[in-house]
Amino acid sequence: MNNIHDMGGFIQFGPIPQETDEPVFHSDWERKVFAMNIASLAFLGPVDRARHAVERMNTKEYINSSYYERWLRGIEIMGKDLGYLTDEEIATGKVIQHKEMPHPPPNAEMVEGLIRGGAPATREDGRLEPVFSVGDIVLVRNLESKGHTRATNYVKGKVGVIIKFNGSHLLPDTHAHDLGDNAQPLYTVRFEAKTLWGDNVDRKDCVYIDLWEDYLEAAE
Amino acid sequence: MSTHNHDTPNPYHDSHRDEAQNKALAERVDKIEALLLEKGLVAQDALDKLADIYENDLGPMNGAKVVARAWVDDEYKKRLLEDATSAIAELGFSGLQGEHMVAVENTPEVHNVVVCTLCSCYPWPVLGLPPSWYKSFAYRSKVVIEPREVLKEFGTTLPDDVEVRVWDSSAEIRYLVIPERPEGTENLSETELADIVNRDSMIGVTKVAAP
Repeated sequence: MNNIHDMGGFIQFGPIPQETDEPVFHSDWERKVFAMNIASLAFLGPVDRARHAVERMNTKEYINSSYYERWLRGIEIMGKDLGYLTDEEIATGKVIQHKEMPHPPPNAEMVEGLIRGGAPATREDGRLEPVFSVGDIVLVRNLESKGHTRATNYVKGKVGVIIKFNGSHLLPDTHAHDLGDNAQPLYTVRFEAKTLWGDNVDRKDCVYIDLWEDYLEAAE
Repeated sequence: MSTHNHDTPNPYHDSHRDEAQNKALAERVDKIEALLLEKGLVAQDALDKLADIYENDLGPMNGAKVVARAWVDDEYKKRLLEDATSAIAELGFSGLQGEHMVAVENTPEVHNVVVCTLCSCYPWPVLGLPPSWYKSFAYRSKVVIEPREVLKEFGTTLPDDVEVRVWDSSAEIRYLVIPERPEGTENLSETELADIVNRDSMIGVTKVAAP
């Protein structure tokens, strides 16, 4: 989806705010939002849906929100989408409609298991054999997406070289929308600064980015 | 709370809200939390456990141990560069947002720096939760196009002939930079080396200084 979250390549956001001795959370509400977000993934997830909820924020609201404010908004958006929360409940904090839950929420032990064990994105079924090889020149297809995607605008239509095959990973574009894992080869692709930013660029810089096979086509 | 760049007001500063804003946000969050608890979407003991783990157990001290081991043990460094997930797990670090790790090595010829332009993906098991600057729009947007200018903001100036590689964490692969071991540290123990490796050097915006 085209929105401000896809901000790679902008240069006018000002100086980078650096803080000395920064705490993990700046206030108790940040701590609560973080914990709620991870703990509720069992119902509101997967993480791809959570990322997309934040991407769907109104552009001006996104710009004027801090990181955990955006996470909070994401919980509200997903809660409403999935029928767990209503606008009135969010405004009042009072439960108006009860929804039957399929299972109890994860307890401390289960949450710790998730944190220690993780949730791998690799799959053993799906498309396992890579079409491209290391060294192949590829073009990032210029595909419109009204939903979730991890192909950044700054690489679309640009040519890069495959530097690594990372196995088959589930595709966020479908996984975020309950349309299946659609596991397929994931590649790390290298783009030269000149290719990305302009023919007149001579900086010896490059960007490495991870792209799924469906994002790519062969190029010369 | 002290900040750099405090003389240049930044409307996109990602962490600070005034007292009234914090109060309003706290009330809004308490309402959502009450709803999720009462409806059975979250459990209180799970919320407490999450905050405890990320505030106390996970942080850059974990990544520093990985880097220090790589500096003193060539065989370990080789395994780390070949299969970072397994090599990092050897030291006991693994899990959420570190399921698929890749380590990239800084050398006199190549300097690596990590970002997530689309959100703020970060290797939680080895570095903990990201600092505000990593999540800031300024960093997310600019480091891919003007990495050398960004590095200068962190006091890191690189010669023109050094290749700067920016890693944009667009999938579930998470990147850890192995900074260069500074000269003059030949006699330091692995533990002492871990003490000089800081967070920013493992993201790649700074170099490690000798003590």
